[in-house]
Amino acid sequence: MNGAHDLGGMHGLGPIEAEADEPVFHHEWQRRALALTLASGAMGKWNIDMSRHARENQPPEQYLRNSYYQTWLVGLEKLLLAADLVTAGELAGGQSAAPLPDDLAQRVLRAEQVAGVLGRGDQFTMDDEITATFQVGDRVRVLNNHPTGHTRAPRYARGKCGLVERGHGVFVFADENSKGRDKPVPQHIYSVNFPARELWGADATPNDCVMIDLWDGHLEAAD
Amino acid sequence: MSDDHSHLSETELRVRSLETLLVDKGMVDPSALDALIQTYEEKIGPQNGARVVARAWSEPDYKAWLLADASAAIADMGYTGRQGEHMYVVENTRQTHNLVVCTLCSCYPWPVLGLPPTWYKSAPYRARAVIDPRGVLAEFGTEVGADVAVRVWDSTAELRYLVLPQRPNGTDEMSNDELAGLVTRNSMIGVEVVGAP
Repeated sequence: MNGAHDLGGMHGLGPIEAEADEPVFHHEWQRRALALTLASGAMGKWNIDMSRHARENQPPEQYLRNSYYQTWLVGLEKLLLAADLVTAGELAGGQSAAPLPDDLAQRVLRAEQVAGVLGRGDQFTMDDEITATFQVGDRVRVLNNHPTGHTRAPRYARGKCGLVERGHGVFVFADENSKGRDKPVPQHIYSVNFPARELWGADATPNDCVMIDLWDGHLEAAD
Repeated sequence: MSDDHSHLSETELRVRSLETLLVDKGMVDPSALDALIQTYEEKIGPQNGARVVARAWSEPDYKAWLLADASAAIADMGYTGRQGEHMYVVENTRQTHNLVVCTLCSCYPWPVLGLPPTWYKSAPYRARAVIDPRGVLAEFGTEVGADVAVRVWDSTAELRYLVLPQRPNGTDEMSNDELAGLVTRNSMIGVEVVGAP
């Protein structure tokens, strides 16, 4: 979606305020927001692309006003409701009206499982043997698509041309995966080199570039 | 922690209420919540990445491996897992300076750097890193010459980027531990360089 989260190149946002020796968390509620999000994910009702979309899918003024973990909270509430894990009434009242179904009760993340789950990570690559559309050195153009749902092709690159610098093999296509259908779509990912002047015009620094990781579904041949 | 609700923000109340609900429902286990928090607050952090960098600086074979297959080389040091499944190390040289960002959200290599700092996740950095990287570097006090190419890596997919900063002068006699002590989190994101000791 063309949301406020798609920030690359936006002006007027002020200085980068880096806090010296910043703690990992500033408030207890932030710790809880992180932990609740990760633990709820164990129910298996959403994938990472759905969760990113739940967070980014806010009206622009709300997205820009919310702090990082406020956005995580907004996203989690949406995901829980959409997955029918909680009802609006339960969310408002803070009390469970029905127990967890048995099949989900088995999935609850236990303390002793945390290290293993986090250490294992997630599976993003796919075994499907599909021919890469593009090769290293190919000139490609980012498709000028503006989906209303989740996409990992940033607006600042759409319609722009770059060179494929590296192919990374077959991965789950994030844009499709965010729709929450059962079967992930396998596509090749490439690191594409976009010269700064291609993205930002003649005033940009001549020898700088932006490397963007894009899928087959984001690209077309250019030449 | 005060129980006076007039001092708790709406957000705090919402989080508390949500936690009460999810624990009540049996969907989340309170001790698992504590373990999750402890993992990222105490166990995983940039000290991991610093050790990777130190080893790359002192062992040419390891550096070559790191640049060829970062996931395997980093896993060899025990740093694996969520948000670090597909690692890629980008080397700063006299000709090239690398900078990592996630313009769309906050993607960051958790196993080697821990959770990202607030500034990395905030709008100003995400907006400016791709369009004005030299201005961003200057804001962090980092100067990059006109003859150096700046490469900004926008973490749009699940590849996670770690910058291998240049080794500063005057460090030849240092042990790996001492070298690791020089490597800052910010130098592994690319907004700063590692200064001479």
